[in-house]
Amino acid sequence: MNGRRVVVTGLGTRTSLGSSVAELWGNLLAGRSGISRIERVDVSDITTKIGAEVKDFDITDYMSKRDARRLDRSAQFFWVATQQALEDAGIAYEEDDPAALRAGIIAGTGIGGVETMEEQIGILADRGPSRISPYGIAMIISNMAGGVASIDFNLYGPNSTVVTACAASANAIGDAAALIARGAADVMVAGGGEAAITRFALAGFASARAMSKNNDDPEGASRPFDLNRDGFIMGEGAAVLILEDLEHARARQANIYGEVLGYGMSADGYHITLPRPGGAGAARAMESALADAGVAPGELGYINAHGTSTPANDKTETAAIKTAFGDAAYDIPISSTKSMTGHLLGAAGAIESLACLLAIRDGVIPPTINYETPDPECDLDYVPNEARHVSITTAMTNSFGFGGHNVSLVFGAPPG
Amino acid sequence: MERAEIESKLNELLVEELGLDADKITPEARFEEDLEVDSLGVVELLMALEDNFGVQIPDEEAESIGTVGQAVDLVVAKLAG
Repeated sequence: MNGRRVVVTGLGTRTSLGSSVAELWGNLLAGRSGISRIERVDVSDITTKIGAEVKDFDITDYMSKRDARRLDRSAQFFWVATQQALEDAGIAYEEDDPAALRAGIIAGTGIGGVETMEEQIGILADRGPSRISPYGIAMIISNMAGGVASIDFNLYGPNSTVVTACAASANAIGDAAALIARGAADVMVAGGGEAAITRFALAGFASARAMSKNNDDPEGASRPFDLNRDGFIMGEGAAVLILEDLEHARARQANIYGEVLGYGMSADGYHITLPRPGGAGAARAMESALADAGVAPGELGYINAHGTSTPANDKTETAAIKTAFGDAAYDIPISSTKSMTGHLLGAAGAIESLACLLAIRDGVIPPTINYETPDPECDLDYVPNEARHVSITTAMTNSFGFGGHNVSLVFGAPPG
Repeated sequence: MERAEIESKLNELLVEELGLDADKITPEARFEEDLEVDSLGVVELLMALEDNFGVQIPDEEAESIGTVGQAVDLVVAKLAG
């Protein structure tokens, strides 16, 4: 990236695979699935009945019931991940701290407060406009996760929200890094939250024929790159990274997980939900991120794929990787952690960025689980079923969103 | 409904639905200053009163509610009304 160097100094997450970064990482390396029968929502008449649902989450463990009522579940997850990440980074601002003016947030979400929207529209239909909650609008709007986090954690710098569907939190991280690089902020909270295991969202994705119907085998349902994949599995939760100007981080002797080296994006310009066949758009995002990072295709250590487990995505992404990396594509370990986390839509890019940083830190790549039957159209090295120990210094994560948004980020080891 | 019954039901609503601190709820407690209920919370309070006591409170009348005791007064008057 041009400008100041940007490093990652804190991580936080809440997903079906755990309430801490360590727990998530342990589960990913062990190849455990977080997917099960959906319990919070009535799925009796919905074709997909399984998801990576967070089973034991109660926001009042973190804040008063009264404060919790400002937040849709998606924003609650984001809040918790933000709190963890700031604590991990050793950053806390008092209300009047001048440094807080240089600290901001870019959040990402696919559909924001969809659960609240369904609830309130139900009330509108059943009981009329006078019974709509005064908090309804504030809870529904997608920017409120970042808004409330700025209020509660005293972050008074740049604050915005990206809504590029399943590319949202990857965009958030790239945009936040760019703000630091050009000197507009010193510290940024960047990531995403999503809570779309709701009747409307499940029915909508099912109607678009995007989701797996493998209800009898929840843990085996998300099977990216496998010949018998039949769609994605919805996940929910959040992940947040603390990005920081390298010199700022060094001055306070912060622990550094890694560096944001490159950010690339492109538009497919093709279809509202389907990727452009052949993956030319996705390939351009990857090429652009590599160029931004100054990393040659043959040098990249690992790709955390978008790998949704839909028939279209996985073959198109495979083709795109071949276009972007040429012959080197066959030598790069690629995995889809969505095989375990499910697809957290707008929060996916942040979780997968976290996986890239920890893979670099620990020298181990999480697997693609449920990989059993090779697909002739997916013929790369997907790190099947078992984590792989290999020392790497760079990693890329891909995120692609409905609307044709393609985003790739490249992370590197902590600067020497 | 007796005044005491209304008072006790209102206190319960303030805790359960508005998430207020039970220890701070007294007849003299002011919603804005003492209980930190903001403008959105006031709307929620009105809806809770309407839903639970079966009364209608137009916005103009809502302005007379400054304290917990005044809210009880209004409900008592409405039910007597």
